[in-house]
Amino acid sequence: MGLDSIFQWLYETPLGTAIRENGVLFPWIESTHVLFITTVVGSIAIVDLRLIGWVWKRRRISVITSEVLPITWTAFVIAAATGLLLFSSNAVKYSHNHFFQAKMALLVVAFVNMLILNLIHHRDIAQWDDAPKPPGRVRLAGAVSLLVWISVIVTARWIGFTMSAF
Amino acid sequence: MATSLHAFCQWLSETPISLTIQNVSWIIPTVQSIHILCVAIIFSSALMIDLRMLNIVGRSQATGAYAARFIPWIWITLIVLLLSGSILITGEPTRSLENPSFQLKMVLLVLAMLTTLGIQRPLANAEGYWDQPSRRKVLTKVVAVVSLCLWVGIIFAGRWIAYTNTAGD
Repeated sequence: MGLDSIFQWLYETPLGTAIRENGVLFPWIESTHVLFITTVVGSIAIVDLRLIGWVWKRRRISVITSEVLPITWTAFVIAAATGLLLFSSNAVKYSHNHFFQAKMALLVVAFVNMLILNLIHHRDIAQWDDAPKPPGRVRLAGAVSLLVWISVIVTARWIGFTMSAF
Repeated sequence: MATSLHAFCQWLSETPISLTIQNVSWIIPTVQSIHILCVAIIFSSALMIDLRMLNIVGRSQATGAYAARFIPWIWITLIVLLLSGSILITGEPTRSLENPSFQLKMVLLVLAMLTTLGIQRPLANAEGYWDQPSRRKVLTKVVAVVSLCLWVGIIFAGRWIAYTNTAGD
């Protein structure tokens, strides 16, 4: 109940109301959201595929991450901001949508997976930075990331089909 | 022209394959998800090449090597993109073919493909074609910005199909 009242407040904010009631605001924000979420998923896939050891095997992993991850993070910040705006337009209803809930849970999994990569696996990166096939635990983290982000896109698309028009 | 397009859409929407796509509720969301994943791969590949040409990323590797890494992904994924797009058109011909956003998207797609070829072709004969700042500095940046704008435009036009559906189906 506590969360619902926060979401109801968000729904009633001038911003949430404007996005809900103005005919073109929602599509413009939504298009921006799609642009940056595809950038997040496409760019992180470049890192994941290398971590799994499928492509660009002769290119050092830390070089790939340093060229790609700044793009991923920038895109993620914009995707999250535009996502929050879209959410505010119909907060209570989104929060009750199962695909939305699944998408948020998947983002948590992606975050934990990233922490494991950065805080645990990264400690001995010197030993596998140049490896065509990194150790199993690193390849696993890459595969988990790839699957989770693909699932984020799938659940995101299903939200649109399971939310009735407002 | 408009009427014959409309007649074609009518005919297509009554074919058994179109009716199947319309009536099996999971097909369109699933195919749209695959379509967006393809967009993610293609857009990110193009983005990497464009940002390289703008000297924003990957200065440790030549543009030619960058293009060699990412351009194959664009063409291969494009096949899946066009296939999934064709399924969506077959399922909702009027919503797509007669929609101004869809028509704009197709024009932008052709231009983006031509731009990609324009980046790719000179590299076949001269690997360092886009890496000679003294000779093609401006052209390189213009081509990169045009490419980026076209792909961004495709994504926006694609999402707007849902909002400029004049057919009312």
